[in-house]
Amino acid sequence: MSAHALTDSWTMTRRELARWGRQPVQLAVNLVFPVMLLLMFGYLIGGGRGVTGAYRDYLVPGMLALTMAFGLEGTMLAVTQDLNKGVIDRFRSMPMANGAVLVGRSAADMLQSAMALVVLIGVGAALGWRPGGGPAALLAAVGLLLLFRFAMLWIGIHLALVAGKPEMVQAVQILVWPVGFLSNALAVPGSMPGWLGTVVGWNPMSHTATAVRDLFGVPGTESGHAWAAILWPLALLAVFFPLAVRRFGRLSR
Amino acid sequence: MADPAITVEGAEKSYGGKKALDGLDLTVARGTVHGVLGPNGAGKTTLVRVLSTLLRPDAGRIEVAGHDVVREAYAVRLRIGLLGQHAALDEELGGRQNLELFGRLHHLGARGARARADELLERFGLADTGRKAVRQYSGGMRRRLDLAASLITEPEVLFLDEPTTGLDPRGRAEVWSSVRSLVGGGTTVLLTTQYLEEADQLADRISVVDAGRVVAEGTADELKAETGGDRIDVVLRNAGELGAAVALLPLTGVSVDADRRLLSAPVTDRMEALSGVVRALREAGIEAEDVALRRPTLDEVFLHLTGDDHRVKEAA
Repeated sequence: MSAHALTDSWTMTRRELARWGRQPVQLAVNLVFPVMLLLMFGYLIGGGRGVTGAYRDYLVPGMLALTMAFGLEGTMLAVTQDLNKGVIDRFRSMPMANGAVLVGRSAADMLQSAMALVVLIGVGAALGWRPGGGPAALLAAVGLLLLFRFAMLWIGIHLALVAGKPEMVQAVQILVWPVGFLSNALAVPGSMPGWLGTVVGWNPMSHTATAVRDLFGVPGTESGHAWAAILWPLALLAVFFPLAVRRFGRLSR
Repeated sequence: MADPAITVEGAEKSYGGKKALDGLDLTVARGTVHGVLGPNGAGKTTLVRVLSTLLRPDAGRIEVAGHDVVREAYAVRLRIGLLGQHAALDEELGGRQNLELFGRLHHLGARGARARADELLERFGLADTGRKAVRQYSGGMRRRLDLAASLITEPEVLFLDEPTTGLDPRGRAEVWSSVRSLVGGGTTVLLTTQYLEEADQLADRISVVDAGRVVAEGTADELKAETGGDRIDVVLRNAGELGAAVALLPLTGVSVDADRRLLSAPVTDRMEALSGVVRALREAGIEAEDVALRRPTLDEVFLHLTGDDHRVKEAA
């Protein structure tokens, strides 16, 4: 069985790539949406409360982290669709490696998120944003962001397996927004009412965003958040990865 | 039976206290089509899901193609095909892409999967539409592609769970002819259906399932015979005379369908009943359009076995 684990996972990943090929517009929308948010917050709403230095330098890392958080919706939607379409029954009744369905999903979602980061960083650069710290810092930042995305991915898979209904996806899609914005992605916690600032400080996403800002040398950034940006996602994974795998196995109950 | 394709002994499965399978027994010989007939909620789909390793039974010995569905699930999956109630396809991909995907997951390799996809598209008359997204397929086409996908590896045992539910008559005929051609190739087919006609048309043997267990089993003819043998149908010219005819004809247990001006009753001696009815009608001057002897329909068998009178009898 495990002899096929790699082949099957690759086949399932290719399935997702083939879907992108079938729906290039959908893929483009997914990649352009964060750019739209960046432009909206950077220019339309602009200013940012209490930010020292250029707001753009503060905003771009925040948008990168926010994009990773919103990836949760896409993962949950895709898994829910598979569950409700019956195609997952075919996979499960076939002599393929059990985990390949989830591995394929993860690989494709991580790839899409990496592409989203590249697009966002590219647009940022085109707008004149220049991250400090050089290529090594940039790579480290992308690594932290993708680690955070990986945690979001497994939360998304778990939620889809627990809820399983398209209506629930909508509810989660709505909830992701306040959770995403209750972070330091767009504004400095110090500028918020005390209790809110505390909540925002606790948000795992805030740690990732702060660590990324630190790597990019954004002025006024608290340093020392790298550990939290590594440990928070790992902790979330330690909880949700086994839960999701167990839920997937329990489809046969 | 020597080396059956499917053996089910005392299968049980409950969902939150409700028994979907309640000690179900079933044996299916290799190379035959076995119909599982029952009303909604009888446990048909649960049975198929257990047999195809999608659901774990609570109790019972269940073997498919010689392998235990729980302990040897992988060996079972190598040997089965499944056509569920809902199309198990990737709607966004094309027909060919779907078949190639499933071929690769059956480890046919890239070239093998492509060749097999071509072959199946051709066989199911989908060669022209292989590039179109499945989302754009008609119901009948989707069902044929779904069937093709369940035949990627020429399975020993094929499960069809209500394969024609929701199809128009043409789509249904397409699926039926595909199933018939399969059986010629030696595949064992287990087919669940609510349509008696479908079981009558396709199945060698039929198990009637109700409340999670088999309540009757046999060939369509045996089941019809079990329900009380032959019947006589009399169609009158004038519906107003139905009451008079019921009173004077030498028949018992007569049912009346006024819309069709039809009297129907079970008979024991066919010739005696026929000549008695014709004589009585002629003497009373009641005009008949048609008088015919016939076997009961499977519908009558079905209602008899799963309907109210059956439940009353069981409770008594």
